[in-house]
Amino acid sequence: MNKISLIIQREYLSRVRKKSFLLVTFLVPVFFIALYAGIFYLTKKSFEDTHATVFVLDQQGGIGEQLENNRNITYSKSNVELQEQISEIKGKKDNINILIIPADFYNSKRIELLSSGKPNISTQNEVKSNLTSILQAHQYSELGVDPSIIRDLDSNIRITSKELTETGDTKDSDTRVAMGISIALAFLVYLSLFLYGTQVMRGIIEEKSSRIVEVIISSVKPFQLMMGKIVGIGLVGLTQFLLWVILSAGLLSAASLFMDNSKEMTASVQSAPGMPQADMAETAGGFDLDVALGSIDFPELLICFFLFFLAGYLLYSALFAAVGSAVDNETETNQFMMPITMPLLLAYALSFGVIVNDPHGSIATWLSFIPLTSPIAMLVRIPFDVPLWQIVTSFALLVLGFIFTTWVAARIYRVGILMYGKKVTFKELIKWFNYKR
Amino acid sequence: MLDIRNIVKQYANHRALDDVSLFVPEGQIFGLLGPNGAGKTSLIRIINQITAPDAGEIFFQGEPLQPKHISRIGYLPEERGLYKKMEIGEQMIYLAQLKGLPKEEAKKKIKYWFEKLQIESWWKKKVEDLSKGMQQKVQFVATVLHEPELIILDEPFSGFDPVNAQIIQEEILELNKKGATIIYSTHRMESVEELCDQIALINKSKKILDGAVKEIKASHKNQTYKLSYTAKDSAELLQSNNELYNILDQTEDDGEHTAKIQISSSYNLNDVLSFLIPQININQILEIVPSMNDIFIEQVTNIKKF
Repeated sequence: MNKISLIIQREYLSRVRKKSFLLVTFLVPVFFIALYAGIFYLTKKSFEDTHATVFVLDQQGGIGEQLENNRNITYSKSNVELQEQISEIKGKKDNINILIIPADFYNSKRIELLSSGKPNISTQNEVKSNLTSILQAHQYSELGVDPSIIRDLDSNIRITSKELTETGDTKDSDTRVAMGISIALAFLVYLSLFLYGTQVMRGIIEEKSSRIVEVIISSVKPFQLMMGKIVGIGLVGLTQFLLWVILSAGLLSAASLFMDNSKEMTASVQSAPGMPQADMAETAGGFDLDVALGSIDFPELLICFFLFFLAGYLLYSALFAAVGSAVDNETETNQFMMPITMPLLLAYALSFGVIVNDPHGSIATWLSFIPLTSPIAMLVRIPFDVPLWQIVTSFALLVLGFIFTTWVAARIYRVGILMYGKKVTFKELIKWFNYKR
Repeated sequence: MLDIRNIVKQYANHRALDDVSLFVPEGQIFGLLGPNGAGKTSLIRIINQITAPDAGEIFFQGEPLQPKHISRIGYLPEERGLYKKMEIGEQMIYLAQLKGLPKEEAKKKIKYWFEKLQIESWWKKKVEDLSKGMQQKVQFVATVLHEPELIILDEPFSGFDPVNAQIIQEEILELNKKGATIIYSTHRMESVEELCDQIALINKSKKILDGAVKEIKASHKNQTYKLSYTAKDSAELLQSNNELYNILDQTEDDGEHTAKIQISSSYNLNDVLSFLIPQININQILEIVPSMNDIFIEQVTNIKKF
């Protein structure tokens, strides 16, 4: 036991002290936040850039006055002739337009928009929608309907989906958030199982090719060396996750301070005259994010994530260890990697479609019970409220699975690490497995 | 020290060790000889409890071999290596700790050995920055650091230049003098006669010869002598006498003849001499004692060289 802890220590420290570990640990969250901030900034900037000035040449009459300025367009009445106006704006870089409303606008429903540069689609749409409401108001009044009555008519349906819990209470729920979290989890688990699994494999190949392995196993049992490596690297993974959680929490709270400021800004824009409130709600996605997030049981999710990641890691890294012990160098691993990565890839690929869309369907349920796919499949299902008995059963099966793979891997490993220069086949591995000791 | 009884090790389609029994006496340097693939490494791995035999038993100082004995054995494998990216000092401490040495004690002992071999300056170096010979030296230190009672060296001199090989050989002899039993496995015979008290020869999974070096050599003497003479009658050369002796080889250099003769088993040197003295002037006679190398080759190939 003492020796295994020495091995764990070495495996852990030699990796954590590497510069690349610190780099990855600190840069990954910074990278993601920078990416997010970049997207946020660019979106905001492009939004600002679309601000347009529109000179209105109202030949119909009475329409130009009804056009109100908003945050995207400033309308101003053109006081000069069309040709003069054109020569005034041509060649200018800014988004300057001339809107020509023909005299028979109410009948022809045609307008013309001349732009100083390439016509901007969002400006076109904005102008069109502004004129549409004016045209509608005109048509209503032609029919003798009071436009204000129409405005009060609201045919917009808002859906609040609630979930019936077993006690019969209702609970706010939004599957979109659950879906997002599921997919993020699937990605994270898939990536990290792969990442740390291959680290185990590489470590073993390194020990084998540098020939230190025989020195070590003359002091400790092969099983101790294998488990020490697996546990040590697993702890490196947990350390990395923990640091990521802490770092992202720190960065997020810093970001939310900034976001609060920008929220106030949006709020002031929102209350600006001329902006229909319904539009804002529509652009915000039409649901309350706080309520949606509140419907997810985060402590449960976090605990399950760590448990399933850990057990899944132990299961897969044992298989990776067996592969590492069987080969002399990394290029030979391909033929053995395929069968290991297939179930992982399958669960990952299915999680985007089948599992997320029908989280309690039979395929999803089965995948979340089979130990090879359950680390991904179960985690993807958990945001959709999986019954506790299923989680417990799945986890128990996963633990049994990892005990089994470790047992198999250890039998291959103890023979494999002392074999050099052999072209290993699956038949050979079975032979090794059957060796007595 | 080590009593190995009827060890059998079977791999899928070949038998690596077939009923091998050995006795390694305490305080000796024991040569484990054999050509490549004879089963030496398999036997050593069993002694180190890396693998288990399919049949047979091993006793370590009278007790059946158990995991607790690991810390009393030092093993330098033929396939050796170190963690390339780890600092030497740190790596030595790690290896010593795995053998059960407390950290502080390990440090002290490493310092002692590094000073002794004048490699103190390597402490902070990484293995990948050392030459192969330097790595071997470090590895040797790692093997003997925990003062094992039994030291198993598998081809310890491969990879060393003659100067360093000499240094290591002296260290081995000193460790032996201090009481360590040493098993020295090799297929190169040069240093065997110099180092070993006893040997065992393994070939094709079987032990074919064992015993004290002196006795083995003595038992392989087969009444062969080198005889230098000048002829009494200038023309006459020594002829074979089928009853008494056979001439295996005869050369002449400036009037002096050298003959290699083998005396028949029912006679001895005196008989031959009294027969020869009247015929030739004998200048010198020397018994040809086979070297371990000759015995090795004879045993392994079954071709007599002498």
